[in-house]
Amino acid sequence: MQVPADLKYSKSHEWVKSENDGTVTVGITSHAQELLGDMVFIELPEVGRTLKQKEECAVAESVKAAADVYAPISGEIVAVNSPLVDAPEKINEDAFSAWLFKMKPSNPSELDGLLSAAAYTELVENEEH
Amino acid sequence: MLKTTPLNQAHRDMNAKMVDFGGWDMPLHYGSQLDEHHKVRQDAGMFDVSHMLPVDIKGNNVRDFLRRLVANNVDKLTVPGKALYSCMLTPQGGIIDDLIIYFLSETWFRIVVNAGTADKDVAWMQKQRDDYAVDLEITPRRDLAMIAVQGPNARAKVWQVIAGSQAATEALKQFQSVEVGSYFIARTGYTGEDGFEIILPAAEAPKFWHALHAVGVVPAGLGARDTLRLEAGMNLYGQDMDETKHPMESGLAWTVDLKADRDFIGKQVLSNTPVTHHLVGLVLLDRGVLRSHQQVVMQRDGVEHQGEITSGGFSPTMNQSIALARVPTAVSVGDEVDVVVRDKKLRAKVVKYPFVRNGKVLV
Repeated sequence: MQVPADLKYSKSHEWVKSENDGTVTVGITSHAQELLGDMVFIELPEVGRTLKQKEECAVAESVKAAADVYAPISGEIVAVNSPLVDAPEKINEDAFSAWLFKMKPSNPSELDGLLSAAAYTELVENEEH
Repeated sequence: MLKTTPLNQAHRDMNAKMVDFGGWDMPLHYGSQLDEHHKVRQDAGMFDVSHMLPVDIKGNNVRDFLRRLVANNVDKLTVPGKALYSCMLTPQGGIIDDLIIYFLSETWFRIVVNAGTADKDVAWMQKQRDDYAVDLEITPRRDLAMIAVQGPNARAKVWQVIAGSQAATEALKQFQSVEVGSYFIARTGYTGEDGFEIILPAAEAPKFWHALHAVGVVPAGLGARDTLRLEAGMNLYGQDMDETKHPMESGLAWTVDLKADRDFIGKQVLSNTPVTHHLVGLVLLDRGVLRSHQQVVMQRDGVEHQGEITSGGFSPTMNQSIALARVPTAVSVGDEVDVVVRDKKLRAKVVKYPFVRNGKVLV
C-alpha cells in the first residue's frame, strides 16, 4: 500500500500536505480510491468557503458508491483542482498527485493532531482485519 | 462462512477484488470495472454466475405445472431448447423471483433462478407441487457451474474453446439453447450484448474459464455486470422488484400473459389491480450520479408526483448517469423530473429504456 511518508492523514482517508506558503493541499488516499473503485464524479467546494474540521466539503463518486470528503482541518478553501472534475480517473491513476483543494488553516495546531504515515498505515491494516 | 463457486480460486488467481454478495464470495472486479464494462461492449468478457441456481423439473406433467406456477405462458415454448423469461408470483401478484425457463423435453424443464432467492424459490416450487398433488422431481443443481460469455466476439471465442460447438450453436437464435457434450449452451445474457450462458459440470469450470481467458476473453466482475445490465434496461431482483411489487409496475407487463385461458398464481389479483406506477428510464442532465432510493419529483398542474430510483449508476458507455425509476403513470417519456441528490435537486429526462443494446446508445 502506498502511503507517502511526508504527508499527514485523517481517519476519514484524506491526505494533507503542508506547503511552504502556509497552506495545505488535500486529496484522498490511494487506499480510499482502491476501496471506491473507478472514480466517475467529483464535486469540489467553492473557493472562499470557510470550513470547520471534519465538515463535509466535497464528494467523490465511483462506479460503486458516493463518498463524502471531509475538511481534515479548519480553514478557508483557497484553491480547487477544477480540471479533476472532467478527469476523475486521475484519482485512480495517482491519488497523491490528484489533489482536490487547498486550504488556509485557521488553527494550524490541528495539523499536529493528524495521523503520521505509520499511524495511517496501522489504521488501514486494522480496518482490513 | 461465505459460500463459494467452483471458480473461487480462479478469481483469486486473477487478482479479483472479492466481496460478500448476499452470502457468496464473489468477484467485484479484477482491477477496473470500467475496463471490464467496455471490453464486454466491444469484444468479449466472462462472468462467473455459478451462484445462480439451475433447478431441473422432471416428470410427466411439467408443462401443466409450469402453466400454473409462472406468469408467462410456457405454451410459448414449442421447440426443444427454447427459453422463456418469466416472473414467479405470490397469490397477491408480488414477484417471488424472475427466472428463465428452458424447455428441454415434455418431461424435463430447467429453470435458472437468482442466487439470493434460490432457497425460497425451491421451497415455493416444492410446496406448489405438493399442493397441486403432482408427481414431479424438483432438483436443485448445485453440482453445476454457470459462466456467461458476453460481447460481440463472445460466441466466436466460445467456438474456439469448445470442440464442435460452432456447428451446434451457430444457428441458435436468441433465447435458444442446445446441449454440446457436457455443456449446456444458451444464447442468453444479462448485458445487452450477444453471447452465451453456459452451464457445465462444476469440476470442469476452472479449466473452461482459463481456456476462455487464453483466447482473449477477459474476466468481468459483478460491478461490470451491474452497469451492463442497467444500460441494457434489465431488472435486478431485490432492487427493481420484489415481493411487494407486481410485474406491471416493474416494467414486466410484457412477461405476463393474462389473455390465455389459463389460471396462474397471482393472475386474479393482477387482473383486478389498477396500475398506478410504472418503471421508466432516467438520463441525468446535470452532473452527478443517480443512485437507488433517491427521490424523483415532478410538478405538473399544481400536483406533485413522487417516485423513487430503483437502480441508478454511471453509464460507462454513455459517460453520464442513468437510472431506472418507479414513478406514477402520470410521469411519462419526454418529461423532465427532479432527483433529490443529497442537498440538491438535479434535472433528469424520462426516457424509454433500454439505454444501450449491442454496443449502441439508444436514448
